[in-house]
Amino acid sequence: MLLFAPGFFTSEPVRTALIIGGGAAVVSAVVGVFTVIRGQSFAGHALADVSSAGGSAAYLVGVAPMLGFLGMAVLAAGVMEAFGVRRARERDLVTGIVLGAGLGLTALFLYFDVTTRSTTGAAISVMFGSMFAIPAGIIAPTLGVGAGALLVVAAIYRPLLLCSLDADIARVRGVNVRLVGLLHLTVLSLAVTLSAMTIGAILSTALLIGPAAAALRLARRPGAAILIAVIIGLGAVCGGVLLAYDSYDWTPGHGWPVSFFIVAIIFVVYLASGLARRGRTA
Amino acid sequence: MFSSFMTNTWAVASMVAVVAGITGFFVVLRGTTFAAHALPLGTFPGAAAASLLGVNELFGLIVFSGLGVIGISQLGRHQRNDVATALTLITLLGLGTLFLSLSSQYSQAVYALLFGEVLGIGSGEVAPVAIISLAVIAATVLLFRPLLLTAVAADLGAARGISNRLVDLAFLSILGLATAMALPVVGALLVFSLMVGPAAAARALTGRPVLAMLFSAGIALLMVWSAIALSYWSNWPVGFFVGTLAAMCYGVGRAWMRFGG
Repeated sequence: MLLFAPGFFTSEPVRTALIIGGGAAVVSAVVGVFTVIRGQSFAGHALADVSSAGGSAAYLVGVAPMLGFLGMAVLAAGVMEAFGVRRARERDLVTGIVLGAGLGLTALFLYFDVTTRSTTGAAISVMFGSMFAIPAGIIAPTLGVGAGALLVVAAIYRPLLLCSLDADIARVRGVNVRLVGLLHLTVLSLAVTLSAMTIGAILSTALLIGPAAAALRLARRPGAAILIAVIIGLGAVCGGVLLAYDSYDWTPGHGWPVSFFIVAIIFVVYLASGLARRGRTA
Repeated sequence: MFSSFMTNTWAVASMVAVVAGITGFFVVLRGTTFAAHALPLGTFPGAAAASLLGVNELFGLIVFSGLGVIGISQLGRHQRNDVATALTLITLLGLGTLFLSLSSQYSQAVYALLFGEVLGIGSGEVAPVAIISLAVIAATVLLFRPLLLTAVAADLGAARGISNRLVDLAFLSILGLATAMALPVVGALLVFSLMVGPAAAARALTGRPVLAMLFSAGIALLMVWSAIALSYWSNWPVGFFVGTLAAMCYGVGRAWMRFGG
């Protein structure tokens, strides 16, 4: 069995998947580190789920899915922030309510997709992604959105880190905690949108939380954690695409999903990071 | 709408609503919203796995919700709760994508499992749902005091010798069981909305725990009944109505807390 099945480097869908998936992985990993520090994994997951309402609506009216995903995620981030709750329990509840309403809309739009356009595959591709079916035309806008998100993070790096570690100290130092929180949610929605389009809405949490959680167990400094998270994320996407491509040879004529391999790699890395830390402290 | 083929739907949906309303009270009180979302969503691949192996669907669901409970509580020992929940969820869903792609004929059922397809529930599904409902309600009533105490004042509970971790685990197991039962009939999204919306509204209406729990179950019942009726008339999916009604419940509850009560 070959490590690189024939045609891996020349295939157009593979190249697109690697570029878009890699971009999504980098942005998700960077934003994910802050999300894990801030304890907002649920918000990250909810935004991705809610963005699927936009994705399914886009299928319905026939515009680019990315516009739908993006619009809905930013809108949901705005609604969550508008309620502006500081206590963690209450914040989770608001997130949950927005999530429930958003998924309700997804249900409705997907139902319309099925009845009016007879595309039964919409539910699967919106929720679980279809990486090898990404059109090459969206590479440029995707990378643009990703670069924008990274620029925002770079611009607010220090205040964001301070707010994430200790909001009270940040407030004393004159940081606008509310504004930083809103910016973080916006960047978060950009990041999850990118990964929702590649590995699907409900699995985009994998790229967001997995690499960041593993990296934070390994690194002591935030900068190092971000670097490690990016490496893990990129590695998972590349490995996932490669294995999925190879899997066409394992089960004749039927490939295994990319998303499965990406999640599997991330989970193994996360478990390994725990062992590595235990080995170091022992 | 009340014809014979709808009888099972009404019965099963009502039982699910009562269970969701009662467990939802503690979901809101204990702040385990993410777990309440992750368990149903992470459990639904169990149905795909069961269909792949050719075993009973309920069996697959219970196994997967058990995996979810173990994952959340085990990873939660070394990790923040929300991260542990997220990692458990993605791992189960990752397995789910694999099972779904291996059993291609199953993809039609995904929509129903995620968003609910309550119209047309068979009579064979009524009995297991009734039994598990009773078990879940009995467990909740038995554990009522420790659940309440550890949620409101964890220190006080610890002082009385109640292990917070054990109560957490017990509550997660109750959630998992309720999830496995409700999932095939109402879908992952519905279970979650039914748990969160009514309980959030009930909490605004009264400060007394037992009363709030009963209110929560009552509101959940009303919500499910109106959602089914609306869905029957409009042909739109039930999940849409439940999600929207849950958000409205929460909004009304918040407004009531601020201006009314």
